[in-house]
Amino acid sequence: MAERFVTRGFGGRPRSAVGLAARIPPGQHLVTDFPVLSAGPTPRIDLATWELALSGLVRAPVKWSWPEFLALPAEEFTKDISCVTTWTKLDTRWRGVSVDTLLEHVELAPNALGLVAECHGGYTTNLLLSDAVNGQAFVAYEYDGKPLPPDHGGPARLVVPHLYFWKSAKWLRALRVVDRDRPGFWESNGYHIRGDPWKEERYSGD
Amino acid sequence: MNTLQWQIATITKITPETAKVKSFTLSLPGWIKHRAGQHYDLRLTAPDGYRAQRSYSIASAPERTGEIDLTIERVEDGEVSTFLHQVVVPGDRVEVRGPIGGYFVWDATTSGGPVLLVAGGSGVVPMMSMLRHRAAVGAKVPVRLLYSSRTYDDVIYREELASLATGGVEIFHTLTRSQPAGWTGYARRIDDTMLAEVSRPFGASALTFICGPTPLVESAATSLERASLRADRIKTERFGPTGT
Ligand SMILES: Cc1cc2nc3c(=O)[nH]c(=O)nc-3n(C[C@H](O)[C@H](O)[C@H](O)COP(=O)(O)OP(=O)(O)OC[C@H]3O[C@@H](n4cnc5c(N)ncnc54)[C@H](O)[C@@H]3O)c2cc1C
Repeated sequence: MAERFVTRGFGGRPRSAVGLAARIPPGQHLVTDFPVLSAGPTPRIDLATWELALSGLVRAPVKWSWPEFLALPAEEFTKDISCVTTWTKLDTRWRGVSVDTLLEHVELAPNALGLVAECHGGYTTNLLLSDAVNGQAFVAYEYDGKPLPPDHGGPARLVVPHLYFWKSAKWLRALRVVDRDRPGFWESNGYHIRGDPWKEERYSGD
Repeated sequence: MNTLQWQIATITKITPETAKVKSFTLSLPGWIKHRAGQHYDLRLTAPDGYRAQRSYSIASAPERTGEIDLTIERVEDGEVSTFLHQVVVPGDRVEVRGPIGGYFVWDATTSGGPVLLVAGGSGVVPMMSMLRHRAAVGAKVPVRLLYSSRTYDDVIYREELASLATGGVEIFHTLTRSQPAGWTGYARRIDDTMLAEVSRPFGASALTFICGPTPLVESAATSLERASLRADRIKTERFGPTGT
């Protein structure tokens, strides 16, 4: 990779001055364990047949097998996560492939607006492309330095740390590009279409 | 060059628009023709690798090749906008990628009209690209812009807008905070009555774009639906606060 570009004169906001309290969104409380919540039973997924598809409004859909997926450029990232059931966990450490990297493999149709994450077990969730690009969303396969366990969504799950964690769909099998923000599973069941913890977008109408 | 790939743009010109707003001309090695209404993402990187990234609408017409204009309002304590206003000088380089966005776009040669534009503050930026585009291609589509600013001095592109208001383009200003002596435009926040008055000649099927701060966009969109404009013809873009 080319040497990193640095913007002349840019220091950015002070990073150390930000206290812990400032990192907890309204109505949330801090946890140190990692609660498990799912809409259904934990599916068993065989890595030999595992596939991740990128389909929908793209010129040529792409599919990755498990070895192909592991060969994609991956990133380590450490992020705070917030669940709509009000827990927040700080500094969770993941490894995965950014949605940006996946999207580099396709040409989006001009009317592409959102993504539907489709999962083993039938769960779906929706994301605007604007919430999925620019290093905001990943398909993660390691948590805390170890392969992602099945109850936390392994082999691979979406991780979208800036939204409530139901958007970080477990057991991901496809990302489908769509032309509008179609509500997914929770979003059709009373939860907010976007789910920004800092705006407390918990339920539709919030 | 693909639109999600970062490139290093050189800032070639900085033009003050109002006390709080400046336009930046960016020269792009990997220029790609945009569609009026689209935006670029701009990212700043500190020496320790810390990054801040924001979206900015393209202000210039797609017909201008090799470079784009961004028009940026300085937000109080804003990390990126304050940096761009206070530190950047012509010759500096910033990373950008785009053009991005396939929804809030207008093509004067293919998308029919009439077109109703509703903007608040810097929400006028993508509308400016649309108006400049319409002028550049010599389109005849009727366009009405309703534009809300705080004061007369906060009106971005005031003179250019006045010169564009011809041959089917009509511009309606509202000043919400204070008005100069002899002001004949609107003098309140955008409301149902104002929207009904401005949209009436276009009927229910006007192609409508609304852009600005989130509360303005929400209230204008609901109000236009109440005035029975077709919801599927209303396109919105929310600038924040908080960007994305
Ligand atoms: C698609 C899109 C297009 C955009 N186009 C433009 C454009 O053409 N011109 C432009 O000036 N901006 C535009 N914006 C807004 C822009 O992306 C940034 O949000 C804005 O410049 C503030 O960033 P900042 O880093 O300076 O402030 P931050 O450091 O992010 O925020 C500092 C403080 O200001 C508040 N704040 C953040 N954004 C805004 C805002 N927009 N208005 C008022 N308060 C805010 C925050 O809540 C916070 O308290 C656009 C946003 C989107 C999503």
